[in-house]
Amino acid sequence: MAWWKRLTGKKLFWPLVALALLLAFNLFFTPHFFQIQIKQGHLYGNVIDILKNGSPIMLLAIGMTLVIATKGIDISVGSVAAISAGVVAMLIGGDLQGIPKHPIFESIVLAVLVCTVAGLWNGMLVSRIGMQPIIATLILFVAGRGIAMVTTNAMVVWLYAKPFAIIGQGYVFGLPFSLYMVVVLLLMTLFVTRRTALGLFIEAVGINPTAARFAGINAKNIILLVYAFSGFCAGIAGLIVCSNVMSADGNNAGVGYELDAILAVVLGGTSLNGGKFNLLGSIVGALIIETLTVTIYAFNVPPEIAQVVKAVVVYIISLLQSSKFRSSVANMFGRRELAA
Amino acid sequence: MSDSAPIVEMKKINKSFPGVKALSDVDFRLFRGEVHALMGQNGAGKSTLVKVLTGVYKQDSGTMLLNGKPIRPDSPLAAQKIGVNTVYQEVNLCLNLSVSENIFIGKEPMRFGKIDWKTMNRNAEEVLKRLNLELDVTGSLSNYSIAVQQMVAIARVLDSSAKVLILDEPTSSLDEGEVNQLFNVIRKLRDEGLAILFITHFLDQTYQISDRITILKNGSFVGEYKTDELPKLELVTKMLGKELSEFSYSNKGGEPAGVSQGKLEGKATLQVKKLGLRGSVAPFDIDLYEGDVLGLAGLLGSGRTEIARLLFGIDNADQGEIRIRGKNATISSPRSAMMAGIGFCSEDRKNEGIFSELSIKENIILALQARKGVFRYLPSKKRSEIADEFIRSLGIKTPSANNEAGQLSGGNQQKVMLARWLATDPKILILDEPTRGIDVGAKLEIMEQILNLSRRGLSVIFISSEFEEVIRCSSKIAVLKDKVKVAELRGDDMTESRIMRTIAEGK
Repeated sequence: MAWWKRLTGKKLFWPLVALALLLAFNLFFTPHFFQIQIKQGHLYGNVIDILKNGSPIMLLAIGMTLVIATKGIDISVGSVAAISAGVVAMLIGGDLQGIPKHPIFESIVLAVLVCTVAGLWNGMLVSRIGMQPIIATLILFVAGRGIAMVTTNAMVVWLYAKPFAIIGQGYVFGLPFSLYMVVVLLLMTLFVTRRTALGLFIEAVGINPTAARFAGINAKNIILLVYAFSGFCAGIAGLIVCSNVMSADGNNAGVGYELDAILAVVLGGTSLNGGKFNLLGSIVGALIIETLTVTIYAFNVPPEIAQVVKAVVVYIISLLQSSKFRSSVANMFGRRELAA
Repeated sequence: MSDSAPIVEMKKINKSFPGVKALSDVDFRLFRGEVHALMGQNGAGKSTLVKVLTGVYKQDSGTMLLNGKPIRPDSPLAAQKIGVNTVYQEVNLCLNLSVSENIFIGKEPMRFGKIDWKTMNRNAEEVLKRLNLELDVTGSLSNYSIAVQQMVAIARVLDSSAKVLILDEPTSSLDEGEVNQLFNVIRKLRDEGLAILFITHFLDQTYQISDRITILKNGSFVGEYKTDELPKLELVTKMLGKELSEFSYSNKGGEPAGVSQGKLEGKATLQVKKLGLRGSVAPFDIDLYEGDVLGLAGLLGSGRTEIARLLFGIDNADQGEIRIRGKNATISSPRSAMMAGIGFCSEDRKNEGIFSELSIKENIILALQARKGVFRYLPSKKRSEIADEFIRSLGIKTPSANNEAGQLSGGNQQKVMLARWLATDPKILILDEPTRGIDVGAKLEIMEQILNLSRRGLSVIFISSEFEEVIRCSSKIAVLKDKVKVAELRGDDMTESRIMRTIAEGK
């Protein structure tokens, strides 16, 4: 059973098993779930939808993973995404002919920059003032919606500049454009955390902040950085949210995203206690959540109990990921090898 | 001591972990009304045996009897329910709760469905009185010293109807008076009929308190002895399996200390003038040369650790100056201290030193990497080389550098911390209680390393509660009393009696 132990010892194993089970369920019970058609020159189907609709959560989960690895949490990302949407919508805006008020690229950069500054603010509160992360980011969780409303003058702002739609609705080589953004950001983050010492420092700070400081690591700056990065990710996610509907609604854009992002990270195998983190796992976690949502819709679950079904499945997946639970189940069946 | 049937009997206990056979066919007996010392080096299997007894681990094979009946506790709680209680080395208390809450946590007296605070506080006072302690039981536990916290941990398990009390290294952070106080309590409990299993690294304490000794070595049972029939040297030989000659603790005429006794006549590495911080430690001077080992001797709370914290920038001095290699140095944080060539191993391995979920390799290269910065990441091959080199040279016992550091024994964790700082090639190394809570063999190895380092020109500041160790390692000794450096001893003045006299007279 050595191969089994080696396999189950891999960090990605259990998140992937959960995703595979969900997909297998669909294979048998949801007709045409895996069907992919080509419509208007791009791929179309449930699987593509999952990738496309899941991209904002995947982006948020990348930033959230690093925050959680430092034993922190960022519950402001949904609101920050709304700020991003608000800023970019106000800047581009435009008339019905689709001529943007300000250049699209500059507007995007500015919106993401504003969100990065918002993340820096969170990081300052946590690292310099020593506020507890959930409280520090709660401030922006609440205030962020207000800021978004102020930027859009408390209205739903519409965009008419066609090129901006590419971000959330466009396709490149048949695949959603937003998916490429996820892949690029993921690869960059993987590179920066694993090819430099940043990942090691983040884990060290998350496991034992005092020991990290005593080992000469500038723990405060590491913490500042991960919150700023989380804000950056939220900014990009906000662009997608805005581009999806070509409008910005400070009240409703990205509501509840922070919880999905946190859930994605946890489902992906990164502990809320901080320390070792798994970026790919978080992506898989986000895919699990999105697959679940699509499944529930495809199955025509009445909307009033959809959330309950979702909660039950998440609960089961969490149990599946707990090594303690698995070993007690394995013991129940007298197969102790599984326990590893 | 009763000669009737033992209250606890463990027979042919076996336990393996991946890659390590922790216990092989170990027998152990514990009688009512005795203090039984479990002795052995780090990795001898003491902790594992205790954890089997208390239900933390399950044995692979072997039987355990309590009062003649087979038991198989599957958790510490289950063990507690049948009367087997443990106070662990690293005390697990809630510092932000009150004393009485800590004692009664999980078994609070209830009245009308609510916690009966009055009864709880009164009972807490009574339990503590049994330990000759009078505390404000409603006060937060964090107000009290580690010694008192230790007593509270004992009080917690005393309260329930305990038959067996296991004390894992209870004295490692206590000063002499506190140890005596604890021993009085232990004797009292023994006379009341409790069976007490005592695990310690202090030989003298073993002889002071125990009636019987069981020795383990490398996971095997060596023997069970009556304490008064086993000479100290024989105990040590049996524990270590080494010849006695390797073990002389003497400083006089010994080669090792001779080297560090200023023979190197090197350059000044650290000059400290009137460095101090109000409320922490009174202004003090230090002059260190290459190859110097400065011992800081003093009782618990005398200001030893405070000096280390000032020098390493954890606390910032409000007066005085530091010169490193003749140049003025501003040390405002551990990072700046590291950059100036200072390394520091904290006395609190668990909270301030080891990253238990990181690998041994990562633990070792961390400070070096922090010094190089985020972007100049050491290549993977280089990281392994550095880790393997220190694992070999310091004798860290592990199957692989990729294992989690948290799995190592205390002595090996200490070596990992030492390796972390040696990897940065420091000029000055501050070691705060590097030998605390580790066994005799590992202690000797650590001290040997210190002397080796001083031979290579490193300046070391060595802090230990064991005057014997300080004398053995140091080229000079700063004696501290009540947060003041009262004297500096050199050469023939470096004796235990002189240190104690200096502390007593304060000059």
